[in-house]
Amino acid sequence: MSEITNFKLCDLVDKIKKKELSSKEITEAFINRSKKSTKLNSYISDNFDDAIKRAKEFDSKPNLNKKIPGIPMAVKDLFCTKNLKTTAGSKILENFIPTYESTVTQNILDHGGIIIGKLNCDEFAMGSSNETSYYGNVQNPISENLVPGGSSGGSSSALAAKLTPATIGTDTGGSIRQPASFTGTVGLKPTYGSCSRYGIVAFASSLDQAGPMTHDVKDCALLLEVMSSYDVKDSTSVDFVRGNYLNDLSDNIKGKKIGVPREYRVDGMPKEIEKLWEKGIKIIRDNGGDVIDISLPNTNYALPAYYIVAPAEASSNLARYDGVKYGFRSRGENLIDMYEKTRSEGFGDEVKRRIMIGTYVLSSGYYDAYYLKAQKVRRLIKNDFDEAYKKVDAILTPSTPSSAFKIGEKLNDPVSMYLNDIFTVPINLAGLPAISIPAGHDKNGFPLGLQVIGKAFDEQTILNIAFSIEKNIGYKNNINDWWIK
Amino acid sequence: MTIDLKTVKHISKLSRISIEEEKAKKLSNDLNSIFEFIEKLNELDTSKTEPLTSIAETTLKLRKDKIGSKNIREDILKNSPDKNKDFFVVPKVVE
Repeated sequence: MSEITNFKLCDLVDKIKKKELSSKEITEAFINRSKKSTKLNSYISDNFDDAIKRAKEFDSKPNLNKKIPGIPMAVKDLFCTKNLKTTAGSKILENFIPTYESTVTQNILDHGGIIIGKLNCDEFAMGSSNETSYYGNVQNPISENLVPGGSSGGSSSALAAKLTPATIGTDTGGSIRQPASFTGTVGLKPTYGSCSRYGIVAFASSLDQAGPMTHDVKDCALLLEVMSSYDVKDSTSVDFVRGNYLNDLSDNIKGKKIGVPREYRVDGMPKEIEKLWEKGIKIIRDNGGDVIDISLPNTNYALPAYYIVAPAEASSNLARYDGVKYGFRSRGENLIDMYEKTRSEGFGDEVKRRIMIGTYVLSSGYYDAYYLKAQKVRRLIKNDFDEAYKKVDAILTPSTPSSAFKIGEKLNDPVSMYLNDIFTVPINLAGLPAISIPAGHDKNGFPLGLQVIGKAFDEQTILNIAFSIEKNIGYKNNINDWWIK
Repeated sequence: MTIDLKTVKHISKLSRISIEEEKAKKLSNDLNSIFEFIEKLNELDTSKTEPLTSIAETTLKLRKDKIGSKNIREDILKNSPDKNKDFFVVPKVVE
């Protein structure tokens, strides 16, 4: 029999249901591979012993009606997990043990999943390369010293390296889709309000969404079903009828109208990306889809608007880290001094930079010029999409303007780092769903992704289009396990 | 506009994050390049546009004010860096 860790999520569910594999066998296989893969630094902390215990418990009384029965899964360390350390990639939460479970991880547990560990990420999800984590850089399994993307970099790395059969991330400006694109995996950011934010360490509350990261579109549909739920504990959770995403998955896209926005053809974009985009367009046409040129005229203003809105919300959300009730505390001469030293020593440079940007744009005298202006631009960006969706069912773009870069390459230039998210940020500002699927390689053999953007709450359509592209584009990850001696 | 050292120190105070002199200079450079990038928004006329504060533009739902978690005082206090009996301890604030 081939290696258990080579199976995808749906295959494993199938094998458990047919009793060809036990939860213990599967859980141990992924744990063993994780133990051999410490060089990747994908994990911040593990839950291996407890997970094996739970797998044995599952096997003794298997409930095979669950959606992911007895399936092990490592999750981004931004989700609060009861009695399991949750750091958000920050020193300031180094010893934080939540007393409650996030709704999304609770859904995973309720559907039969077993948490095997917490995965590395950029500090408070602020970053595009996983280099802002207090717990060190993460290696991209594609090639040594290559970033795995961010902020869900530990998730993308662990998934691509097969340390977990599937995983979950969070996406505020591209933090699921960009790392998926950098590692040749699938990542979906659901519509704002689809997955509960309860128990997710908050970054920018009006933009944050949790979503699935998987090896293929089928797995993605299944995991989205598990994660998405209406939750009274999140006041922005939306009570809509969730689809049977896996059951209704179809590669039939006949008659679907798919928009191609001309503003996404940016200067200096590598030729390979342009070619892949064309390839995606051809696949859609060949399968009976209708490709339509559209315009999203305010695209260029999305990133600057994002870098006001997101830091503003972050500065407010991160005000709670004061060293009093939980987390790291530094000694100070008085209360204020204690706050200032705690936050100075507890936060990393990028987080401090964003808190300060946010504080500045919200401060007296600048609120109208920056924050209010950005919110108005956000309206214009949403209007662009509303206008486009009068003509099309979905939109096809590249996921990122480049492939993964080397560790350290962009660390000293914040603006160049921010430009990574140029194709993903507008979607968060408009609250729409979007999926990134691997589509090909650049000249170095590094993965490149295509993004399908949908109408609000129409995850099924983008899953179906992604499924059709996936079937026809023939992408394969070339990973040679270089990190395992 | 430029964000000078004085402004950086002011923001640092508002943010309750102490900044060393040396780092303040680098931060001032970083913030300036970020704000230069942000200034692009001024190209747009938004005089007739309403701000978008939230994607879910509905009134927030209310739920019953009912206690969900019980007897978690011990667990919560466990995460505190400094505690005394049932209290969080902070440096003295009143003389």
